[in-house]
Amino acid sequence: MITDNNISKETVITVAGVYKSFGNNHVLRGIDLDVKKGENLIVMGRSGTGKSVLIKIVCGLLNQDEGVVEVLGEDVNNLDTRNLEQLCLKVGFSFQGSALYDSMTVRENIEFPIERNFKNRTRKEVLKDVEMALDAVSLRDSMNQYPAELSGGQKKRIGIARTLALHPQIMLYDEPTAGLDPISSIEINNLINHIKEEFGVSSITITHDLVCAKTTGDRIAMVFDGIVQKEGRFTDVFHSDDKRIKSFYDYNFTQ
Amino acid sequence: MEIIFQQKEKTYLSKSLDSFLINISQTTRFVGTYFIEVFRSPFEWKEFGRQCYKIGCNSLPLISLTGFIIGIVFTKQSRPALTDFGATSWLPSLIGIAVIKTLAPLITALISSGKVGSSIGAELGAMKVTEQIDAMDVSASKPYKYLVVTRVTAATLMMPLLMLYTALVGLMGAYINILVNEHTTITTFVIEAFEKISFLDFSGSMIKATAYGFTIGMVACYKGFTTTLGTEGVGKAANMAVVTSMYIIFIEELVIVQVLGWFR
Repeated sequence: MITDNNISKETVITVAGVYKSFGNNHVLRGIDLDVKKGENLIVMGRSGTGKSVLIKIVCGLLNQDEGVVEVLGEDVNNLDTRNLEQLCLKVGFSFQGSALYDSMTVRENIEFPIERNFKNRTRKEVLKDVEMALDAVSLRDSMNQYPAELSGGQKKRIGIARTLALHPQIMLYDEPTAGLDPISSIEINNLINHIKEEFGVSSITITHDLVCAKTTGDRIAMVFDGIVQKEGRFTDVFHSDDKRIKSFYDYNFTQ
Repeated sequence: MEIIFQQKEKTYLSKSLDSFLINISQTTRFVGTYFIEVFRSPFEWKEFGRQCYKIGCNSLPLISLTGFIIGIVFTKQSRPALTDFGATSWLPSLIGIAVIKTLAPLITALISSGKVGSSIGAELGAMKVTEQIDAMDVSASKPYKYLVVTRVTAATLMMPLLMLYTALVGLMGAYINILVNEHTTITTFVIEAFEKISFLDFSGSMIKATAYGFTIGMVACYKGFTTTLGTEGVGKAANMAVVTSMYIIFIEELVIVQVLGWFR
């Protein structure tokens, strides 16, 4: 169920009738969803239902076969390289495996996109941005460490810090709590909420973690067979009579 | 942003022909992008310098050993044939021609394709499967420019220098063998070794080395960038970077020798 508050808000992401196939594997089959300004949309569903593919299409990493994806009013598929790069700066992507650059320290990881996109910034300004991003994830002490020296949870937070340094308007989280212990998961959930409140960032979070969905999500979209089967608030979605949604909920909370 | 095409389900001709044409198109686009990006500022000088050091300086120990031994062995094994005709005095010239015209460029290229090609293929392959390249892409950090342009340019520029070094070390090995057997002075050896080498021979070898360097860098980057199937794919990318570049190097050797022959 969408609240009146959300309806009145500006839509920052619109996905309409998007299809995507890899060979004979039809991953997305006409999926529709939208994200309002300042909200966190949770996308849940079984593995292989195209959730990660969906957010990769949203940020322009993949092209859809059919359908329309609009991000901040721009049709992602029809942008030229220059405009797509400009849009990418407004959309942060937190990868499932963190995707930190192994050969660089944490500081260099965060500096890397800043130096390449804001060339007129002084060294001091870049460092200030790095410190701001690391403060946001409470990991300033790890500045000179290499990714190999960090824990899984720390890597995820540094990955988020790297995107935060570019001051995005939208964040896309790909399974932010996957593979983490409960304490680290809670830290990541708090961080997602903190980013939303502190920076006013809208986001899509792909997760299988119901605790993450419940604590961070404003709305939940359940994706099965490449389309959204149920959408609304956490309680509305999981009180559904749909067997697949019920089994998803039961499995998560009986584990 | 998608330099590598996504293969769609629709079949236009036949599955294998479609796949072949898509591959050709993908490769052409990948190589073509280099010639656009290399001239587009800003150039990643820091990464380029790092790659020059890795490709150039780090290859020196292996190249020194191989070049030196090949110089000695080639001289040792050529001597009996020349002795039969009483032409031992031609040994320096023969070695000069063989080393500068063919052995140095080819040996440098084959060693580099093993050492540099596999290293680049594995590094970029690992970056691809761990989504590091995608992370650069989504933060508009131009991964092609940072990873491919720097590596291909460094390999292209370092290969002629490595070739010159291999030639020098190979000739040194050859001279040591000649000194022990014929007691020829270094001055005489150098004069005789370079007597039959023309400017065209020398520039031909430099052109070959440059082409081999470009091939090694480009093939390795392409294989790395198109890696799939996780860690298994990384090993495959490293392996294919070496094998494919070796095939292409031998074909290039044939073509360049043929083309240079037309100018003689």
